[in-house]
Amino acid sequence: MTDTVTETHLEHDEDHGAHEHPSDWVYIKIALILALFTGIEVLTYFESALPFFENNSVTIATLMFLMVVKFYLVATWFMHLRFDNPIFGRMFVAGLVLATAVYCIFLSAFEFWA
Amino acid sequence: MATATIDSPDTHDDHDEHHATSTGISNTKLAMWTFLGSECLLFGGLISTYLLYKTRRGPGPDNTAIPTDIFDIPFTSVSSFVLLMSSLTMVLALSALTRGDNAATRAWLLSTAMLGSVFIGGQVYEFTGFIREGVGFTHNPASSAFFTLTGFHGVHVSLGILMLMSLYVASKQGKLTPKHTETVEIVGLYWHFVDVVWIFIFTVIYLIPVD
Amino acid sequence: MAIIEEPLALTSGEAATAERPLGGLTRPQGGNGWRDWLSTVDHKKIGIMYGVSAMFFFVVGGIEALLIRWQLAAPEGQLLSAEVYNQVFTMHGVTMVFLFIMPLAAAFANYLIPLQIGARDVAFPRLNALSFWIWISGAIFLNSSWIVGGGGADCGWFCYSPNSGLAFSPSHGVDFYAIGLQIAGIASLLGAVNLIVTVLNMRAPGMSLFRMPILTWMLLVTQFLLLFALPVITVALFLLMFDRLFDAQFFNPATGGDPLLWQHLFWIFGHPEVYIIILPSFGIISEIIPTFSRKPIFGYSFMVFSGIAIGFMGWGVWAHHMFVSGIGPFSVAAFSLSTMFIAVPTGVKILNWLATMWGGKLLFSTPMLFAVGAVAMFTIGGLSGVTHALAPADTQQTDTYYIVAHFHYVIFGGGVLGLMGGLYFWWPKIFGHMLNETWGKVHFWIMLIGFNLTFGPMHVLGLQGMSRRIDTYSPGFGFELWNMVATIGAFIIALSVLVFFYNVWRSRRDAPNLPAPGPDPWDARSLEWMIPSPTPEHNFDEVPVVESEDEWWHRKYGYDENKRVVRIATIEEVAQDGSAEGVHLPAPSFWPLVLALGLPLIGYGLIFNLWLCVLGGALTGLALYSWALEPVDDPDADHGHDDHHDDDDGGDDDAAEPEAVTSGAEGGE
Repeated sequence: MTDTVTETHLEHDEDHGAHEHPSDWVYIKIALILALFTGIEVLTYFESALPFFENNSVTIATLMFLMVVKFYLVATWFMHLRFDNPIFGRMFVAGLVLATAVYCIFLSAFEFWA
Repeated sequence: MATATIDSPDTHDDHDEHHATSTGISNTKLAMWTFLGSECLLFGGLISTYLLYKTRRGPGPDNTAIPTDIFDIPFTSVSSFVLLMSSLTMVLALSALTRGDNAATRAWLLSTAMLGSVFIGGQVYEFTGFIREGVGFTHNPASSAFFTLTGFHGVHVSLGILMLMSLYVASKQGKLTPKHTETVEIVGLYWHFVDVVWIFIFTVIYLIPVD
Repeated sequence: MAIIEEPLALTSGEAATAERPLGGLTRPQGGNGWRDWLSTVDHKKIGIMYGVSAMFFFVVGGIEALLIRWQLAAPEGQLLSAEVYNQVFTMHGVTMVFLFIMPLAAAFANYLIPLQIGARDVAFPRLNALSFWIWISGAIFLNSSWIVGGGGADCGWFCYSPNSGLAFSPSHGVDFYAIGLQIAGIASLLGAVNLIVTVLNMRAPGMSLFRMPILTWMLLVTQFLLLFALPVITVALFLLMFDRLFDAQFFNPATGGDPLLWQHLFWIFGHPEVYIIILPSFGIISEIIPTFSRKPIFGYSFMVFSGIAIGFMGWGVWAHHMFVSGIGPFSVAAFSLSTMFIAVPTGVKILNWLATMWGGKLLFSTPMLFAVGAVAMFTIGGLSGVTHALAPADTQQTDTYYIVAHFHYVIFGGGVLGLMGGLYFWWPKIFGHMLNETWGKVHFWIMLIGFNLTFGPMHVLGLQGMSRRIDTYSPGFGFELWNMVATIGAFIIALSVLVFFYNVWRSRRDAPNLPAPGPDPWDARSLEWMIPSPTPEHNFDEVPVVESEDEWWHRKYGYDENKRVVRIATIEEVAQDGSAEGVHLPAPSFWPLVLALGLPLIGYGLIFNLWLCVLGGALTGLALYSWALEPVDDPDADHGHDDHHDDDDGGDDDAAEPEAVTSGAEGGE
């Protein structure tokens, strides 16, 4: 956390002025990718469409992967974490990682994964 | 960057007395990100509760139905898609404001709010359908957890719509200028966060099959 | 949850120029009457209000404690019925944790963080006022259940299911618990966001994170714990509320609910909560001990990192509260191990305090007595804590008075004694006069003796097998003697608190006849001591430029050629005199108070009549929008323009809330 701020100083100074927001067209391209991924996600629901989605673990792995990518794209592009001061991302990631860790342990205590 | 347009935290030599903040970043935006970090724990708790309870039909031989029995995936896919696209209109609103294009800003703000409302409408429709089919809030742990989780998310979306409409009205009155990109950006952060929460919920709650 | 977003969305209402606020409230213009306190956004006044309210609830919780001890003084006590006894011990715990220690720590955080980092105020002054008003409205709401709710909550402070269900707790007490704590939680969450941003963003030039005083560090860790722990309890409380008020099916085993869900969620919050309680006290101790040992803190970075480590590890030990709840051998083993590990950073802290005192010129003024007392008592509590990290031992000890003894040694011994020391230490800074030393020492010794008489014997009682939370016991189990001793001890603690209040009254009475304490009565080390006592409204005349850790000490002392410490300046030479004029401060506002009034209305509405919710919601909404439309800076306010200060302060304000920027910018156009 601490180094964060000191580092931040530097990085901020360095890339100051350099972080222009992307053009609308870039945003639209990101949205198209998101839409495409959502399409694939929904496809897994209609198992018959593609035979390998009959396997549950393949389906789950695909879905989780797509979810993480979508999450990442929205956070980095739409929420500007790509261009912004890293301290913002760190605050958010702190909560995200803590939540993931704590609730995974929590679910394990209930033998949820078994 | 929005921050730069507002309070130009360009230099922050430690000995420069005229710096805005110690880190050179905006207080308000930092506060929003901090708050979103906290929200992760909130939604994490609700999602975990649902995951734990998703197959609990309650006691007795004549088990009541649980939400996973009657999910309408095609319908929810459409409303999820709508919410996802509202994130696009949100960034376009911000981008338009940065360019100083007020009419476009208003149009995109309004479309974001409309898409959000469509999502909420879809949720209300889904809820009433569930209740008609006998999956009410009080019927079993699975449905209580489902309504609580999606309800919390719905309330968040609704608050976002209120904020968007406030921005729209402000813009209509000519009070939203390129100086305020940061305000729009912060509302946008909240909006995108609500969207990523739904990305998670849609996959983990709706799409991952329950055996 | 909405409360935080709206202020950020404020600019929507960018009416920020000279428009008067909506509604009937004219903008307060400052002064010293009650209006000023109700509308203040000054972090110092807010801190004082937190402190005074916390002490009030200390008395309330203390009276509840005395009722408990009176009931248990002898076998077959008749003072309270079993039902009332349950309510009294529940409300004692809830009051002491949520309405006394947390707000008292918040008082220190509010008052001292801006001073220690060299800031004019917190990052969001109005949000700060809102935190206080929401907290106090939640506190009053919670206690109003004695009158309108058919008694207090009766499920113990951790309110396990199914005791918390309608079947076993049919009065409204638990509803008040669930909603009252949610309201108080909103307050702490807003406060946490505010103070985190303050520490990260509002530091004086040169005040890098690793030059911050340990107290600020520990308070920062505390705010992070609050930030991440409160949403977890919020989830649990919502589920409980839905169960009780709207017939949801979360915790009732008969319909497939799982009481363990509550226990996990509660303790995921509850264990970080323990560190939320103790870390501010650790911070205070870390300020007091170096000052009265005339040495810098030993191992500054170890102190900081052990605090951070405690904060992190505090998330991985929660299930040690549940060893007998049937969580399975793997969970028990894992949490038992992690619990033993968390003793390590705590041990580092104790070692460093001792090493700070080692070879120092110790001066046992009252704050030092409390600090050393706190370290000693906390060590005892920590050691008994390690004994129940071992699951087999814990199986014997759990739910006995041994546990009660343990956590009182930690929370009262480590927490309250430290906070008391903080009161004596910063009293001159806050009120401009010292507390009487003699009476302070009397207070300390009576409190220490009373504390040990009360909680020491509980170790024995617990090992003898006396359960906690029983309303009475039969003669012949060997419980009589130690219960009587504990009861006598409790009344001695009460006496010590009376001594404290007497001291406060007496010191205030005598103050005009005594020499003023000056900026730095203790020859202390951090920035708050370079400004006059009491703190001027604008804090610093000029924001100091910080060049080292213990900045203030280094302005007073240097080293001669033999590397020996020598005085290089008197306090008068280097202290600020508080004479700056025309410093531009954020304007007061009534809207935080109005907004906070809406929340208990919503709470009563959920319990009694949903129409009240509509009313409360309308009030909250009105307050939010009025707040949004009210500019941060009052254009009508009268403030002179001292170039340097105005500029300097303008910077802070700009950062604080976006409208300030606009109004400033518009003013310039």
